[in-house]
Amino acid sequence: MSNVVSALAGVSHAGFAKIEETGLNGMITVRGDLGSSEMAAAVKAATGASVPAIRKIAAGDKGRVAWMSPDELLVIVAYDDVADTMAALNDGLSGVHALVANVSDARAVFRISGDNTREVLAKVSPVDLSSEAFGAGDFRRSRIAQVAAAFWMNDDNSFEVVCFRSVAQYVFDVLRVSSDKGGEVGFFS
Amino acid sequence: MLTLKCPYCGVDAEETELHAEGEAHLKRFGPGSSDDDFESYLFMRENPKGVHFERWRHQSGCGKFFHAARCTMTLQVFGTYPAQTLEPPQDIKDKISATYPGWSWREFQ
Ligand SMILES: [Zn+2]
Repeated sequence: MSNVVSALAGVSHAGFAKIEETGLNGMITVRGDLGSSEMAAAVKAATGASVPAIRKIAAGDKGRVAWMSPDELLVIVAYDDVADTMAALNDGLSGVHALVANVSDARAVFRISGDNTREVLAKVSPVDLSSEAFGAGDFRRSRIAQVAAAFWMNDDNSFEVVCFRSVAQYVFDVLRVSSDKGGEVGFFS
Repeated sequence: MLTLKCPYCGVDAEETELHAEGEAHLKRFGPGSSDDDFESYLFMRENPKGVHFERWRHQSGCGKFFHAARCTMTLQVFGTYPAQTLEPPQDIKDKISATYPGWSWREFQ
C-alpha cells in the first residue's frame, strides 16, 4: 500500500488570516444533465445533498456538492469514501449520459480562516468579495493570480480554495503573501 | 476594462477572467468545399470600427463559450448570448439599433 500524501503535507501560515492546506480530500467531477431526476437522486444518494443552485455549494450528511458549470458538479467527500461515493453516483446515473471521475489526487485544497478572510482572496482574484455579493454557501470558479481556482465560503467566514495539485505551491505562496501581517487593507471591515 | 456577463453562470466577468475566441457566427467549410470557401473560412475576418460580434470563453470560470455584441470603438457592450445559436437574437439587434440605427455586420442588420 502506497503512502498517500496531499500536495503540501498540510503546510500552514499564520498571517492576519491563517492559511492551511487541508490535506487529503475526496473530489469527484460529475458531468451530465443537472436538471434531471436521475442526477437529483444520484447526488442525494451519494452525499445527502440536493443539486446546488447556480454558483452555490450544497451540504449533505455525507459530503458537499458544488456548482461548477451548467453541466458540471464537484462532489467533495472524505478521501476514504471516494470509492463508495463513486459507486453510488455511477449506480444512480447508469442509463443516462453522464461522467463520474475521481479527481481527488489532482487537486489541492486550502482553508483561509481568521480575520479579514475576504481580503486575502480579494487581493488576488477578480471576484466581488463584499458581503453583499458573496456569502456563506456561495461558490465561484475564477482564478487566483495567474492560475485557475475555485472557492467557497463557510458559515464561520472561512474560505476553502481548490486548485490543481501541480500549482499547489504557487497558490499557497500567493495566499501566504496576501495574508502576511502588515498587509491588511481593512476594505471589508 | 471590458466586463461581459457570462450567459451560462451569470457572472459579470472582467476581461482577465475571459479569453477572446475570435469572430462570431462563422460557418465552417471543410473537406470537399471549394478553395474560395475554404480560404474565406480560414482567413477572411471582419475588422470593423463599430458594431462587432465575437466569441468569448469564460476561461477562468465556468469554461463555456458564448457570444458578445459590442462596439469596438466605444467599447459599449450591447449584450451577451449563448453559443447555441446561428445568429444574434432580436433583442440584441434592437439594442444595437437604438445606438446605431441602420447598422449592419456581414449579413446581419
Ligand atoms: Zn461563466
